[in-house]
Amino acid sequence: MSMQIEDPRVVEFDVQTDEMLVNMGPQHPSTHGVLRLLLRTDGEIVHECTPHIGYLHRCAEKIGENLATPQWVPYTDRMDYLAAMNMNLGFSLAVEKLVGMEVNEKAMHLRVFIAELGRIASHLVAMGTYGLDLGTFSPFLYAFREREIILDFFEEACGARLTCSYLTVGGATHDLPEEMEIPDGLAALLQIPKGQRAHFFEVVEMFLSWLEKRIKEYHALLTTNAIFIKRTAGIGILSRETAISFGCTGPVLRGSGVDYDLRRKEDGEAIYTRMYEGYDFEVPVAPFADAPREAVLGDNWCRFYVRMMEVVQSIRLVRQAIPKYQKAEGTHREVFKFNTKLPKDEVYLETECPRGQMGFYIVGNGNAEPLRARAKSSCFCNLSVTDQLCEGVPLADVPSVVGSLDVVMGEIDR
Amino acid sequence: MNIQEVHSILLQKFGEAAVGAAFVEATDPWIVVDAGSIVDVGTFLRDDERLRFDHLNDLCGCDYFEPDEKKAPKFGHDPHVEVVYQLSSMELKHRLKLKVIVARWKNDEQGQLPEVPSVSSVWGIANWHEREAYDLVGIFFQDHPNLRRILCPEDWQGHALRKDYDFPLEYHGVRGR
Repeated sequence: MSMQIEDPRVVEFDVQTDEMLVNMGPQHPSTHGVLRLLLRTDGEIVHECTPHIGYLHRCAEKIGENLATPQWVPYTDRMDYLAAMNMNLGFSLAVEKLVGMEVNEKAMHLRVFIAELGRIASHLVAMGTYGLDLGTFSPFLYAFREREIILDFFEEACGARLTCSYLTVGGATHDLPEEMEIPDGLAALLQIPKGQRAHFFEVVEMFLSWLEKRIKEYHALLTTNAIFIKRTAGIGILSRETAISFGCTGPVLRGSGVDYDLRRKEDGEAIYTRMYEGYDFEVPVAPFADAPREAVLGDNWCRFYVRMMEVVQSIRLVRQAIPKYQKAEGTHREVFKFNTKLPKDEVYLETECPRGQMGFYIVGNGNAEPLRARAKSSCFCNLSVTDQLCEGVPLADVPSVVGSLDVVMGEIDR
Repeated sequence: MNIQEVHSILLQKFGEAAVGAAFVEATDPWIVVDAGSIVDVGTFLRDDERLRFDHLNDLCGCDYFEPDEKKAPKFGHDPHVEVVYQLSSMELKHRLKLKVIVARWKNDEQGQLPEVPSVSSVWGIANWHEREAYDLVGIFFQDHPNLRRILCPEDWQGHALRKDYDFPLEYHGVRGR
């Protein structure tokens, strides 16, 4: 007599085995740095997931209390090192808000240009490493090929590629260059001879129009890939209520269907949204009409797709920033002296970084050094939902869930 | 909704014993709330139709103290510890800052951490933020489900963001300063 099993998973889930504690990390490649997850598993199924953080803790906030504000800008680089430019921007704006300083139009458009390029570069890494987490290597190589060229632009603008410290209190340390040598990587991709020089913005436009065409390929490679959908769609579902209660922001929040983006006038603070005035862009929010059948609101796939759509919008923003910057008058940097005394006041400002809302809380007390320099990390909040997301998923899906949150440990541990 | 309106709603609901002054002249105005009432006030702020502060952007501690006796007269604040709550509403798009002010040490006894009720039952993220405030600023959150250090190792001594914090000379044989 043979027995028919309707759904083989039912049998597997019914098996009760010994509970086991599994340590994942801090050196596990798919935990994105030094994150340690302590998993309580029953067979293949995870029942509890406790993140242990702090392996990269440098107490940057204590350092911030002993430095003048512009001196702390390089420390913000090392928080979210994949989007250093956006971190610089957030902190600079917070200081400007505290001292009541307004940067001029030219610096504002320069900042939009740089911040949106930074967002593209950051989301490219998110996409590439998410592929790595799920076992496909090629998207990572393509993502870094593109990212390198953006880093070449950053290098041309300020001399650094990763920890830029470019946007600073009062504007940016240097003006954008007039012209640059076409990066070798870009020249090879466009099949033009190496070593040619061109106008800076022309090179950027060459890159953007090239990148635009590649996005379709990423979708073919990952987003619509059957294996990728199997690994992401319907897994790690984050409800709208949990996302808000646990302070999730950025693509994680928008992946759960909450339409909130600090760059928009109604959501953000005036000093930040002023930069984006007159820019035309959309905020991608789940659910998506072109989602696969298996995708559920707030799952891994939605979070990933929000990032992919944001890249498209950032390209639009960079394109709009170029003519605005060229037309704008004034200087790229207002003078802000290191020994400027901070007023006896306190501000809190959040900006929309690629990974979510990064907040800086600065308390001035009549000295050049702040009384308190607090960095509220977006990844810190996003990571706090791993326990809820990982409950009941198979062990093999834990990297898929953690990867979809796109955490950077430098920012969480500060 | 501006801060004065929120303040008058809170005063009406909780009275002057629970809700302190509103500092409206600051760049980011704030309302002082008594430590004992922070959970009730938080729940009300989250659930009230007019307010809907469903999102806790940040919770952090801040130590007001000048360890240098020469500089102390110019410091301008009485020594105290603050817990700062940054709230916002995703739906109604407004923001609010609350402060709970407590003494630096409970009963003025050096080393006895001041106590503030935990709001982790109101906003989920407060759980981790409070662990961080406990770890770095040294504030004990009552009724917290899992109050242990989050960034520093569990056997770490002291709270680094206290102004009179002594940097350790060594940790498990690793030299400090």
